[in-house]
Amino acid sequence: MGETAKKVKQSLGYRLTVIAVLAALCVASTLACTAVGSVKYTVLQVVEALFDSQAEAWMLVWNVRLPRILCGGMVGVCLSLAGCILQGVMRNHLASPSTIGVTSGASFVGYLTLVAFPQFRALLPVGTIAGSFVTTMLIYLLAYEKGVSPVRMILSGMAVSAMFSAFNDIIRSFFSERLADATGHLVGSLNGTVWKDLAMILPYMAVGVFVCFFLPAKMNILMLGDEMANSLGLRTEWFRLFLIAVASLLAGASVAVAGLISFVGLIIPHISRLIIGSDYHYLFPTSILLGYSFVVICDTIGRIVLPVGELSVSIVLSFIGAPFFLYLLRKKNIA
Amino acid sequence: MYFGFDNISIAYGKRQILENVTMDFEKGRITTIIGPNGCGKSSLLKTVSRVVTPQAGSPVYEGKPIGQYTPRELAQKIAYLPQVHVSPRDITIRTLVSYGRYPYKRFGRGLTEEDRRMVDRALELTGLTELEDRMLNNLSGGEKQRAWIAMTICQQPEILLLDEPITYLDVGYQVEVLELIRELGERLKITIVMVLHDMNFTARYSHRIYVLKDRRVCSYGPPEAIIAHDSMEHVFHIDSQILRDNRNGCPFLIPEKLRAEQRT
Repeated sequence: MGETAKKVKQSLGYRLTVIAVLAALCVASTLACTAVGSVKYTVLQVVEALFDSQAEAWMLVWNVRLPRILCGGMVGVCLSLAGCILQGVMRNHLASPSTIGVTSGASFVGYLTLVAFPQFRALLPVGTIAGSFVTTMLIYLLAYEKGVSPVRMILSGMAVSAMFSAFNDIIRSFFSERLADATGHLVGSLNGTVWKDLAMILPYMAVGVFVCFFLPAKMNILMLGDEMANSLGLRTEWFRLFLIAVASLLAGASVAVAGLISFVGLIIPHISRLIIGSDYHYLFPTSILLGYSFVVICDTIGRIVLPVGELSVSIVLSFIGAPFFLYLLRKKNIA
Repeated sequence: MYFGFDNISIAYGKRQILENVTMDFEKGRITTIIGPNGCGKSSLLKTVSRVVTPQAGSPVYEGKPIGQYTPRELAQKIAYLPQVHVSPRDITIRTLVSYGRYPYKRFGRGLTEEDRRMVDRALELTGLTELEDRMLNNLSGGEKQRAWIAMTICQQPEILLLDEPITYLDVGYQVEVLELIRELGERLKITIVMVLHDMNFTARYSHRIYVLKDRRVCSYGPPEAIIAHDSMEHVFHIDSQILRDNRNGCPFLIPEKLRAEQRT
């Protein structure tokens, strides 16, 4: 990229335009994705149904498509923000909730919660958030030695991930009857999402997003390395711990409603950084908006691509995400 | 004590790096710490940014151990430039320099007028005003180092610590950076403490020199006393000729041969 193109990218006008365009994309994708499916509507019909309970499309739009789409969007917001934060904490662009095994840890504790307290469904996000936090801390401690080594981070993530998947399989086979109606939840699909699920993820997402408004200045300082950040007066150890807690809150909440959804937290922060640069003041909003549209669109693709039945969103994301991950691994300056 | 190290001992695991090191830096002067590789020079500086925690002792500012100040208070007084810098590659010089205002930032607020003035001043003092919109990864080594120094100046520190500030630079940039450091020290009345490896630059740019060897302070004094035949033989095990650089008014060292039998 030329020096002029880079200067344009730094300008406030460009950045605000990008953010405005992405916000419009969120609205557009929500409407368009609500319209398509086995029964097709026009966008106009969808808008009509939103405000008029007598409209023809009302039932399907309100009870089936809208909760699923909004929920998918929020999962996207949570995962991409969590990815953004984790990449900052580890100071490494390969970090994300799924690549370092955070989501598998979350779903493991999620399963445990469901098995132990089947009657308290509201505890599920608490369990998945706790699982995220413990896993992230574990990976961080395993990978840390004078800074996080990318290789160690990815390898420990793989190992931890494999271990938790094994635990998950054990739980699934021993307690299959207790988990009968819960399997849809933790396997990485948005099928059958209802308003109750939205209510489950919304408060956690809201807190996470709200907190992120106060983080950008500190995140930017953290990017200068621990020595520099410390001498500028940032308590890096505490700040890291805090960030891990916020990322766990977001990733955990997402796992509670949608299960193991990979690659969103890896791809979205990357693309955001490409289009808006690495200043967290703009990176956070860009990731939030892009993450929302990305999951909504991918879920809709999965919904309509097959003549009969549907692909779960995690499969669609893996098709897009896995090659992207390999591409990142090939790039030289990953650390 | 205005600023210094009070009886610091540092160990990494079982390996003792420093034992009871005390240094007292003269206000407004440039003091350089020299010593053989691995003698703990950098670790000593890192105790100030609290990246390294001493086993015993502490850096001292205005008579009090630095633990008695909040990190923020300290960051307004003492700036530190590590040997290796990391940063996103796509930020401009101006953005980097503005990070130096972080210790003055109020919660939830952006840059104030005062902050902008300080950024402008730091850019001007380091001769980077023209380059302020350039991306960090498109700069030469010397420009990059100047940008980082500008950032530390933007902190308005009383004390500036520099860990091997010229290590990765060619000789032209080395002179440029050291001249800049000396000039900033004089103009802004900053107390400067740096770690250097080059004896001749040390002799030329320092008012005082501390020598670390075998975990302790082995000598302290003006360049004439330290950059001397016997001292160099004792510290680095080299035979040397010491000439006089009359233009710069400092001793000049020509290292001769290694006294191999003494190096352990």
